[in-house]
Amino acid sequence: MAALKHMLSLGWDEVRETQDRDSMPTLTVALERLHEALEVLKRDCGFETVTLVTAIDHSPSEPRFELIHQLLSIQNNDRLRLRCALRGDHPNAPTCTDLWPGAAYMERECWDMFGIRFDGHENLRRLLMPEAYGHHPLRKEFPHQGIEPDRLYREWERERIQRAEAKTSQEGAGL
Amino acid sequence: MGSLKEATTRDDESGFMATRVNELINWGRKNSLWPMPLGLSCCGIELMAMIGPKFDIARFGAEAARFSPRQCDVMIVAGTLTWKMAAAARTIYDQMPDPKWVIAMGVCSSSGGMYDSYAVVQGVDSILPVDIYVPGCPPRPDALIDAIMKLQRKIERENPIRRVLEGPQELDESGTGRLDVPANSMVETHRMGTYKTDSGLRKDQYTGRSREKN
Ligand code: SF4
Repeated sequence: MAALKHMLSLGWDEVRETQDRDSMPTLTVALERLHEALEVLKRDCGFETVTLVTAIDHSPSEPRFELIHQLLSIQNNDRLRLRCALRGDHPNAPTCTDLWPGAAYMERECWDMFGIRFDGHENLRRLLMPEAYGHHPLRKEFPHQGIEPDRLYREWERERIQRAEAKTSQEGAGL
Repeated sequence: MGSLKEATTRDDESGFMATRVNELINWGRKNSLWPMPLGLSCCGIELMAMIGPKFDIARFGAEAARFSPRQCDVMIVAGTLTWKMAAAARTIYDQMPDPKWVIAMGVCSSSGGMYDSYAVVQGVDSILPVDIYVPGCPPRPDALIDAIMKLQRKIERENPIRRVLEGPQELDESGTGRLDVPANSMVETHRMGTYKTDSGLRKDQYTGRSREKN
């Protein structure tokens, strides 16, 4: 694989090629050099696009999470997958939005669904769940019917009713 | 109500007819339902088909879909309602002026459907008082037309003059029910759209019938 050869020539000894079932060329890198690796791949190997940023929860084994980047090179008609293991229940990872701004939404989704924080992301808010929702639904321990899915709505509802009541009592006092 | 045509084409050309106010109001309301199309997902496509020329809901006077809740009578929840969207849906409902009705179109809005999940409201009746449920995934436009006709039949039985005589002071600003009903949980939805009489009886806001048995 050209990308792997190039990286080895730059002295990346710890980069491994792994075999995934779908036969997409896959490299495994350490978290410390993930951003550097993405930079090299973009600069030297022609990967102009990141098509996917997602994660896998391998709970209960450790390292728990695996971060996946899939890259596309249009000029070489080539694809590449990058795997990176993350330790701990609340991991941090470097953002790649400085290389590909389009990755911002995918990283937001990844934070929303798995609770992986991306350092350097400018706008790391939840994408699909309400901002105050305290859980990360694609984690293994999350029940599929959800943990109090209606809690935030009920709070909003209670406040709405309180506001309406305050308004009516105000009007009543004014009469 | 006697037919208007009959009254206006009588031989003496008096243009006079006698009817009951309730029936006149209900006749007007049921034949000019303006839908609020809350097209949230795939069901919205069938909703558009219903409004379009092939199925032509204009035959039932309900073709004037408005995109401002202030101008609408019947909210058609067409699609999967998520909890994130629920507050917006409730706000839109509250902004609709009385009288208003709700049709839950499709299994998603009726019961959550196949989305038995953390993100989806399991039936919009947990946040809105639903009048008509339409089964199907998605329901054909015919089924929705049937729902409109059923709603018309329901409106025929309402008692709008009661609100003129007794006044709406027991209703909250949105007209959806008493403020002393805290959360619109599944158990409590049937209380929405009701009011309490002096004798403590809970009655339907529109028909004036007792709703206590629920
Ligand atoms: S009931 Fe079926 S067609 Fe309608 S919104 Fe749900 S999934 Fe889509």
